[in-house]
Amino acid sequence: MNEETYDSMVKKASPDSPLLKDCIRAFAVGGLICMIGQMLTNFAVGYGFDERSAATFTSVVLIAAASLLTGLGLYSKIGKFAGAGSIVPITGFSNSVTSPAVEFKKEGYVLGLGAKIFIIAGPVILYGVLTSIIVGMVYYFAGR
Amino acid sequence: MSAHKGNETVVFSTPVSILETASAVGTKEGEGPLGKLFDRVLEDNMAGEKSWEAAESALVRDNLSALFKKSGVSPDFIFAGDLQNQCCGTTYGVKDLNIPLFGIFGACSTFGEALALGAMTVDSGAARYAAAAASSHFYSAERQFRFPAELGNQRPPTATYTVTGAGAAMLGKGDGPYITSFTAGKITDYGINDANNMGAAMAPAAAACIKAHLEDTGRSAGYYDVIATGDLGRVGTELLLQLLEKDGINIEKNHTDCGMEIFDNKSQDTHAGGSGCACSAAVFSALFYRKLKNSSIKRMLLVPTGALMSTVSVQQGENILGTAFAVSVENEVIKWTI
Repeated sequence: MNEETYDSMVKKASPDSPLLKDCIRAFAVGGLICMIGQMLTNFAVGYGFDERSAATFTSVVLIAAASLLTGLGLYSKIGKFAGAGSIVPITGFSNSVTSPAVEFKKEGYVLGLGAKIFIIAGPVILYGVLTSIIVGMVYYFAGR
Repeated sequence: MSAHKGNETVVFSTPVSILETASAVGTKEGEGPLGKLFDRVLEDNMAGEKSWEAAESALVRDNLSALFKKSGVSPDFIFAGDLQNQCCGTTYGVKDLNIPLFGIFGACSTFGEALALGAMTVDSGAARYAAAAASSHFYSAERQFRFPAELGNQRPPTATYTVTGAGAAMLGKGDGPYITSFTAGKITDYGINDANNMGAAMAPAAAACIKAHLEDTGRSAGYYDVIATGDLGRVGTELLLQLLEKDGINIEKNHTDCGMEIFDNKSQDTHAGGSGCACSAAVFSALFYRKLKNSSIKRMLLVPTGALMSTVSVQQGENILGTAFAVSVENEVIKWTI
């Protein structure tokens, strides 16, 4: 039997992810995280923060909270339930940095935690920065 | 004496006994359908150690010690392996036992390979007793092959769940059940490169090995009360049955998969089933050995299956290879004609 025949057998035998259920859960949890973010912003603005500082305050609180939940072993449970809903918001980014830090601490603070903390977030940071440079240049030259 | 039969099979006319087995598993496996059958269930998957790797080694050490105690003998050699890089789970586990080790790697087929090598060693007289063992740990495997434990991601339905545990068998001369033959599988490559679908990568290897075994021994699939694959899971099992059906071999009635026995997917959310070296090793040691001993089954073919790959090979786009070892374990001595 050739690879192609087998490949079609495999596709037939492999169940698909429950897409609708996953989407609903992602929407609900992702929306909830965003709503909490909005509440934090409104709270900060109510305390006299300007818009920019309020946004920073919101990010800091969400990142810290997700990091704490990761350390307590709860964020992985949220992630298992919500999928993209808890990966896409800034809390997911926090989890992707904290979880390797927790995992690789056993190999030491330099070669373990230090070297591997960005093992998942690293590509996002690299290509994120790269993309923003490109967009910035386009903006700079096209804007003239 | 052992003899080569057919293309890939070795038969034992003076069979090697499986004198005793021992098994130990983690918490989740202990909560599974076979929970009560294991000799030991960890209360904490860290096993009082400081890392997952050390916990796996502690499992290996304690399970082998339990095996020596249960069987009342100490082996001349240990044949054992695991999934950690450079087989460290085994080597660190065995170091205090003061017994020579043959460290082996066959991914999740390791237990089959260990039984085969151990049986030949005992049969030849090179050892009076030999221990065959394999182990795996969910968290040591996850951090090596996939992601950190606390990363909040979802696993696809085709993914399997690595068994935390260890299984070991003491081989020697004595009463049944006996290892009467084994068939060593060839490496298969069917272009699978999805590390979340190991069952699909291993099914062709299992099918080829079972087919070769039946051809070499001249037996029909119905000869065995049970044909138990190692860790194909639900997807791999379906593919195995289809592949064998194409060759006119039907094992639907007597086939089971250790990966599907060890967890209850509905309540434990283990997706396609259990996997890892410990899957077939612990399930055979706890479940099938017991069934053979009390004669509720008399002949079984244990087929541990392995997905051969590394993080490097997967990242470089290489396919995931498959392998399998078919070991026939029977309560009666077989007089083979060569």
